[in-house]
Amino acid sequence: MGRYVIRRLLWTVLVVMVVTLITFVIFYVMPPGDPAVRFAGKQPTPGLIAEVKKNLGLDKPLFGIELPRVWESRPWDSQYFGFLARLVTGDKDKCPAGIEGCGRPGLGVSYDSRTAVRQELIERAPRTLSLALGGAVVWLVMGISIGIISALRRRTLVDRAAMGFALFGISAPVFWLGLMALFVFWEVLDIEALGTGYVEFADSPSGWFSHLLLPWFVLALLFAAFYARMVRGNLIETMSEDYIRTARAKGLPERTVVMKHGLRASLTPVVTMFGMDLALLVGGAVITETVFNIQGLGFFAVQAVRGFDLPAIIGVTLVGALAVTLMSLVVDLLYAYLDPRVRYA
Amino acid sequence: MTASAPAPAGAASPAGEALLEVKDLKVHFPTPDGVVKAVDGLSFTVHRGETFGIVGESGSGKSVTCLTALGLINRKAAKVEGEISFMGRDLLRLPGDELQKVRGKDLAMIFQDPFASLHPMYRVGDQIVEAVRVHEDVSKQKAQERVIELLSAVGIPRPRERFRGYPHEYSGGMRQRAMIAMALVHNPDILIADEPTTALDVTVQAQILELIDRVKTEFNIGVILITHDLGVIADVAQTVMVMYAGRSMERGTKDEAFSQPLHPYTWGLLESIPRVDQKGSRLLPIEGSPPSLINVPPGCPFHPRCPHRFEPCDKERPEFADRGGGHPEACHLTIEDKRRLWTEREQRRSTVAA
Repeated sequence: MGRYVIRRLLWTVLVVMVVTLITFVIFYVMPPGDPAVRFAGKQPTPGLIAEVKKNLGLDKPLFGIELPRVWESRPWDSQYFGFLARLVTGDKDKCPAGIEGCGRPGLGVSYDSRTAVRQELIERAPRTLSLALGGAVVWLVMGISIGIISALRRRTLVDRAAMGFALFGISAPVFWLGLMALFVFWEVLDIEALGTGYVEFADSPSGWFSHLLLPWFVLALLFAAFYARMVRGNLIETMSEDYIRTARAKGLPERTVVMKHGLRASLTPVVTMFGMDLALLVGGAVITETVFNIQGLGFFAVQAVRGFDLPAIIGVTLVGALAVTLMSLVVDLLYAYLDPRVRYA
Repeated sequence: MTASAPAPAGAASPAGEALLEVKDLKVHFPTPDGVVKAVDGLSFTVHRGETFGIVGESGSGKSVTCLTALGLINRKAAKVEGEISFMGRDLLRLPGDELQKVRGKDLAMIFQDPFASLHPMYRVGDQIVEAVRVHEDVSKQKAQERVIELLSAVGIPRPRERFRGYPHEYSGGMRQRAMIAMALVHNPDILIADEPTTALDVTVQAQILELIDRVKTEFNIGVILITHDLGVIADVAQTVMVMYAGRSMERGTKDEAFSQPLHPYTWGLLESIPRVDQKGSRLLPIEGSPPSLINVPPGCPFHPRCPHRFEPCDKERPEFADRGGGHPEACHLTIEDKRRLWTEREQRRSTVAA
């Protein structure tokens, strides 16, 4: 297993490199506008633009690879390979005066806010993680319990109500749900504690909790609906398996048959889906963060793209790519643990 | 019913007490297309120390009968009538939690496909330990010791090691052995084996049948062996019941069924088994296919496929009774006609290739 994990981790490094390369190509090689021009102010002189370029490091070659005269290549002095090198060595030495939070991994300085991207990510990650993990708890509890009830009460009123709710959850856009939730709880019911924004857990645990409550539920609804349908389908299928009949023939109470034998087999595929969904959210729950004004990674990503803030874009992309690849490794390991028929290959 | 439980006239059943008495059982499933009459008026008795073979094609109601006895069919979807009396208690009228206490304790069942019958994600040993502990308050260690003993008793080598194995690490025959061990944990009175060898290799089939036979003697239990294979019956059963379209066509001792069969359907079944001992004998399949259980042919359900049908067959349902042949059957032909026809068919079969 150790060898398997190491191999997968090496793959992760490769995947992350490919992701950064693609991001570089999209935002540096094919840019809709020269960032230096944007940052040089209105009606800039060519000299000013050149200076901005030099400051931002945009005067260097992208990859520094000379074709066909490969031997004249200077990749260590290029933008992309310089970026990769700084990821490892850190960017403390390159940090402009007055900017805090540079270090390892070096992610550069945001063009927009003139802060270290590394610092921004460290500050914002807990917000997104709070949102994503809390939401995950809500949607797992909701989705799995609704799915079980629905499967066991198949074709009854309860089942139809639950599946109607699931259809609503899948169809309702998150931004609309978010605004409706805010309107009802804030405007109409006037519950101030449920307001927008993010309260640091360290400052006030109860404030952290109450401010995240609405976002958790709004975010969870969509996923809960998907999970309920999936658990329902899986459980119905599993309950017609021969080994369920064996479990009943042993004389096990129906409760044990469903909760132990039925669920074990039905929830295993859910693990895969859960890992991927959670990983995607760690990269930022853009709409929920925006509606509830939680300045997390998703919010940051949107800002970065709109402001053409290259280092910020790359930084967020890197976090997302890492989350997805590492999560998929965790899922695969967990899966092999849950289903003994699966072996590492 | 003329021929009922404490079987008449000599060798119809071995000595042991009557364990399971099924009386006029009907299991009907109403569906949008019509009522599926899976079992339609079935009676039989199983005794201690006896292997009771039920033979029939797919959909003849063999499995449904046994699943009904164990309460493993969806009672909400089925209309069940009659009586299944197990050591004095009517299983059909037992409340759910009472029936659950009988299941796996006094009445155990093993199934056709040992590959699918064990939970793929739990260790085989743990699944059997679970079966021990559901009916008996014993410690995990004690249960474990007992299971290991049982695994060894059913012929699983290195049982202590195998205990920790998962089903996918077992071969088909080993899995069926494990299922048998699971069925035996509480010394049941009856073991129902639903096509226990169908999914297995021929060599393994014989071993499993031999094991079931040994278990029957050692534990002194009654075995109900469901199969579509008369060869399996010939190996281990003492009594045979031939089923067709949810009804019993003929019932007798193994010798009666094989040497003096009285029902044309039984003849058809016997002629469709390959026989190595008679050189040049030919396989004669039964023409046609089993009837739909929604539109069961009127009269005798077998008459559309029967080469000997005559005037009353499509109108009158033949009674399941002893017509003088020594054991009960359900065919309108007179006993003389039956004897003559069977002799003719036997001769024709062995001379065809000559």
